[in-house]
Amino acid sequence: MIANERVLELENMTMQFGGVVAVDSFSMHVDSGEIVALIGPNGAGKTTAFNVITGVYQPTNGNVKLRGKIIAQGHPTGKMRKLYAGSHIGEYGKLVTNTPDKITEMGVARTFQNIRLFKNMTVLENVLVAHHMRLKSGLLSNVLHLNMQEERRIRRESMDLLDMLGLGGMANELASSLPYGKQRYLEIARALATEPRLLLLDEPAAGMNPQETDELSDFIRDIKDKFKLTIFLIEHHMNLVMDISDRIYVLDFGKLIAEGTPQQIQDNPAVIAAYLGVDDE
Amino acid sequence: MTKNINNMQRKKLDPAVLISALIIAAVYVAVFVLEQIMPPTSMLFTVLKKAAVYALVAVSMNLLNGFTGLFSLGQAGFMLIGAYAYGIFTIPVAQRAAVYQYYNGGLVQFSLPVIPALVLAGLAAAAFAFLIGLPVLRLKSDYLAIATLGFAEIVRSIFQWDKLGMLTNGSNMLRLFPTFNDFNIKNAEGEVVVYLSTLMPFVIAGVCIALIVMLLHSSYGRSFMAIRDDEISAEAMGINLAKHKQLAFCISSFFAGVGGAMLAMYSNSVQAKSFTSAMTYEILLIVVIGGIGSVTGSCISSFLFVACSEWWLRFLDQKQMIGNFEVPLLRNGFRLVVFSVIIMVVVLFFRQGIMGTKELPDLFRKKLPKKTGKEGEAK
Repeated sequence: MIANERVLELENMTMQFGGVVAVDSFSMHVDSGEIVALIGPNGAGKTTAFNVITGVYQPTNGNVKLRGKIIAQGHPTGKMRKLYAGSHIGEYGKLVTNTPDKITEMGVARTFQNIRLFKNMTVLENVLVAHHMRLKSGLLSNVLHLNMQEERRIRRESMDLLDMLGLGGMANELASSLPYGKQRYLEIARALATEPRLLLLDEPAAGMNPQETDELSDFIRDIKDKFKLTIFLIEHHMNLVMDISDRIYVLDFGKLIAEGTPQQIQDNPAVIAAYLGVDDE
Repeated sequence: MTKNINNMQRKKLDPAVLISALIIAAVYVAVFVLEQIMPPTSMLFTVLKKAAVYALVAVSMNLLNGFTGLFSLGQAGFMLIGAYAYGIFTIPVAQRAAVYQYYNGGLVQFSLPVIPALVLAGLAAAAFAFLIGLPVLRLKSDYLAIATLGFAEIVRSIFQWDKLGMLTNGSNMLRLFPTFNDFNIKNAEGEVVVYLSTLMPFVIAGVCIALIVMLLHSSYGRSFMAIRDDEISAEAMGINLAKHKQLAFCISSFFAGVGGAMLAMYSNSVQAKSFTSAMTYEILLIVVIGGIGSVTGSCISSFLFVACSEWWLRFLDQKQMIGNFEVPLLRNGFRLVVFSVIIMVVVLFFRQGIMGTKELPDLFRKKLPKKTGKEGEAK
């Protein structure tokens, strides 16, 4: 895969909660068409990094760039401000922030570590919700149901998507009644329905057995090609990560300790010490 | 697979929906017929009128509390705004001097027809909701409830302020505006030919509730429910939380305002002090008893609630004799005791309310698919 476009880039991103530095000056990038994994022991700051990228948190410092454009930004404040800013202090006044819904609109979709489906809605409705932001019809034509054509189109597209993911037969069941594995797929279906270019998967294989995990890695590769996606994922299952990733970043206590191809990561002594060494996977 | 999809779309005339539509139509016909046969002073019509009004307000509250997950207790405040907007703009010009006797006939010197005034009442409530919503909707759950409750109390006080008397008639009541009885069609001698005074509130409430149901079945309704189920993932699906909460709040208030205007028509007068927080609790009770998240439930329970509190339990307030035996405890106010007990029983043993989250057509489906798309609008 020839990497041409920087889809996602973090520049010295720091996220601090009070005295806790969850992510410390993390720089990374994901190029178009890549599958990049972020690994690290529990509490390393992986999900925090995801939350910064998707706009849930505003970074304490650094930039998040999507296709070269800054989408989230933070600078030191208070006393630190003068110290760090130097001659650039003028630029510090203007911060770029985006709410999560804006970032989703820019083509970044995500799934959650602990499944967050709309539990009291049907499987189909879960996917339909994802189409809402791209609706062309306004409130009035929606209420009066004058937008039947559009409604029919999004229903058809959603059904096609569900069929593709093997959830077609359950379209009218409540999301919460699905088995666990299917709920994970539904979350991915919902994310895909927002028409993303970058898909962030937060531990997609959590709670899956080895066989399901194998299926998942095929599935991820499959949707990547079909939807022309770039994928950035957090995962603990090393088999899956080593199998599908083009590159891997390793975080430990908020710091980047290694990056490289799966082979390089496996041979990296720092990683083994921090992570793989204690776990015999 | 394509065949399957086509089937799904063509399945528009679901028999369950058809049956529901027929039932609703039957209710309307029954109301119309009963009104022509029975004496207009019958308690039945008082109950039906008030219940139709409460049904609308309860559904509007359900839209917010049950479908969008915003726990708001400002309903009485928005009803008050709607009632005043209706009263102020519909009092006939000739009567204004009598109504605004302490304020030189008031500020407004024109009057609107009923339907535009109802819409105006809704818009006024929605406008207030928009302004209140800007700061208040940042709050969550209980805090939102407290803030909206406070708003309702503030509005109630402000509308009684005598400095605003030119508009609101201070703490005096607004009256002499068109009421439900003005819908009756009269002949030249002033005798009523066709009674419509009960049917019209049904029609107005029905249209409003139908609009709410249609909203709930649109993409916007789905977004509201997504916000209710999980705010964080709704936002991750690209739903602008602030915008959609504001929208739900304004729409709910719009219909509460219309409901308030209808309550004014029902009671023939408007006075700010009657729109207490107790009224909000009554409506909340209706929503809870009917089932949070069920439009049908709200409608049914508003009829039961109004009938119980105004009619069926009235006998408890008077001495009753069985033969020579005087039933003990029955005296003025005992009705409220029994009523409270009934409510406690409902809340304790029917947590889901009468309908849960089911709607009318769901009752006619053999295998309950839990929650499906279509449903008929309620009464």
